[in-house]
Amino acid sequence: MKKKINPMTRKSFVTYGLLLIVFTAVEIMVNTGSISSMLQGLLVPICIYSILAISLNLTVGILGELSLGQAGFMCIGAYSSAIFSNLVKDTITQPLIRFPLAILIGGICAAVFGILIGIPVLRLRGDYLAIVTLAFGEIIKNVFAALYIGYDSAGLHISLKSQGDLGLAPDGKMIINGALGISGTPNDSTFEIAAAILFIAVIICYNFVNSRTGRAVMSIRDNRIAAESVGLNITKYKLITFGLTAFLAGVAGVLYSHNYYSLQASKFDYNLSILVLVFVVLGGIGSIRGSIIAAIVLTLLPEMLRSISNYRMLMYAIVLIVMMICTSNATIRSFFVRNFEKLKGLIIKKKPAGETAKEGE
Amino acid sequence: MAFLDNLINGISLGSIYAVIALGYTLVYGIAKMLNFAHGDVIMVGGYVVFTAMITWELSPWIAVIMAIVACTLLGIVIEKVAYKPLRKASSLSVLITAIGVSYFLQNMALLIFKEKPKVFTSVINIPKISLFDGKVVIKGETTAAIIASIIIVVGLSLFVNHTQKGRAMLAVSEDKDAAQLMGINVNSTISLTFAIGSGLAAVAGVLLCSSYPTLSNTTGAMPGIKAFVAAVFGGIGSIPGAMIGGILIGVIEILGRAYISPQLADAIVFAVLILVLIIKPTGILGKKVNEKV
Repeated sequence: MKKKINPMTRKSFVTYGLLLIVFTAVEIMVNTGSISSMLQGLLVPICIYSILAISLNLTVGILGELSLGQAGFMCIGAYSSAIFSNLVKDTITQPLIRFPLAILIGGICAAVFGILIGIPVLRLRGDYLAIVTLAFGEIIKNVFAALYIGYDSAGLHISLKSQGDLGLAPDGKMIINGALGISGTPNDSTFEIAAAILFIAVIICYNFVNSRTGRAVMSIRDNRIAAESVGLNITKYKLITFGLTAFLAGVAGVLYSHNYYSLQASKFDYNLSILVLVFVVLGGIGSIRGSIIAAIVLTLLPEMLRSISNYRMLMYAIVLIVMMICTSNATIRSFFVRNFEKLKGLIIKKKPAGETAKEGE
Repeated sequence: MAFLDNLINGISLGSIYAVIALGYTLVYGIAKMLNFAHGDVIMVGGYVVFTAMITWELSPWIAVIMAIVACTLLGIVIEKVAYKPLRKASSLSVLITAIGVSYFLQNMALLIFKEKPKVFTSVINIPKISLFDGKVVIKGETTAAIIASIIIVVGLSLFVNHTQKGRAMLAVSEDKDAAQLMGINVNSTISLTFAIGSGLAAVAGVLLCSSYPTLSNTTGAMPGIKAFVAAVFGGIGSIPGAMIGGILIGVIEILGRAYISPQLADAIVFAVLILVLIIKPTGILGKKVNEKV
């Protein structure tokens, strides 16, 4: 008897396979030099955006709540890991030890913040949650933009006012310089590491969705009151999802800060959160594979089509509106479903006919 | 006297927030949706006045009226095209659509008016008021903002509570289906709400750009979000609440900027929102609504 594979398992392994194929293809292209330097520079950002998109998909697609604080968590991950790397870059010179530590620190800091923020915020739902997460993202961005940190022989100095307010000894070094941000972070993010982290993130997400916890989270999404009445602890499951989203966003932030020489908090404004939301919506809410594909396509497309790059944001806006109307309006959706069924019918009817003909031979 | 100056500036900014917050409160109360694009309608209003006054050299009054008409029409069009097909959809889809509309307006403005911010000339010519031998000066823009917001709040309260259309709006906000059974045209009532809200946004745009005379495609975004904070603070759905919330948020922002840290003023406003939502999610004047299974 043929052993049946769980459809979810099959789906996840197809994604893993696709990722491996794309990774190998890109590696071959990089090593044979058949890829432009501009495209090469996009490889790490593509991985970063993919991680952001799949992590946001956990909150939007699996939990069914909209979070606009993705950029804020990314900012925490980026800053905390950059501070760590700058502090230890003279003591730990081996990037293979330093960078995994930085990733863990960035991810955990973001997750801790995610859970701390989540405790009060997740009591809210829908519009309120979206606006509060947006508010938190903006607070985080503003605080980091006003933060000055330096160190000297007396230890760390922290100020929210100005560089002079730190009172550094003459031999002291600045780490965060207010709105100018952090510079001098070691460039530890390579495409191989970023791709490996993306792969791990995808495995985490698939296993989370298919776990007992994941199913509980989805039941909360589908009917909160029913889920509560069968004894599910809503807050706990929401916090787990929110924390995991924040952790992965933080890890993406670590990759981001170690990919560029300098880092400013102003990069993490809410447009970034909306961009990630566009990836999730276009890839299909709840589809992990779709999020990655959308992130790859939407990062590559504007670079390929330089001439229309002015219209890029406008296109994103139209994509958001049209996608939502087409998928959420009952009349329009049934129109698509009907025509899709017809199309599917044409293809599937032909196939068995062809197979029987083959058998006949 | 510096404190009094700051307080007056705060009330002035707060009055503008109040006018914007009224638009949020009306739409949220009746259509039960967060119109993310509301802030960007303010920006559109600002650009209409700018174009009418600088490019076409029309008088300020005509420019303001044109802005109000344009924004009202824009509000109706947005509602018909983007939100009406989603009346029965989940709030997540509606919210994402609203973000899409907001993004659309911002980038449309970017394409038409380019990145460089425009310098806005004030449309208000009310003389300055000097108090305490000129130690405290109230600018014409401040007077205009305060007077306009008071007129709007009083007018809107009278309209909602004492006219047939206004009471229809209340009925729709209470229960859409029951309102329909009573012979109220729900669709036209929601359109009317969007029209009023967007018209108010145009007024707010004029006041905002007159007080802070730079105009770019993101001019409306932050004030829009802060006005939403104000609407939540005052109790969403409540007209006097929007006024109180707006003024409090304006005062908190200006005092925070003056006495705590200029960079952290925005963070302070958002921290207020979070505190309000944790302590009293219904806001100062909001009603508690129990969820039915």
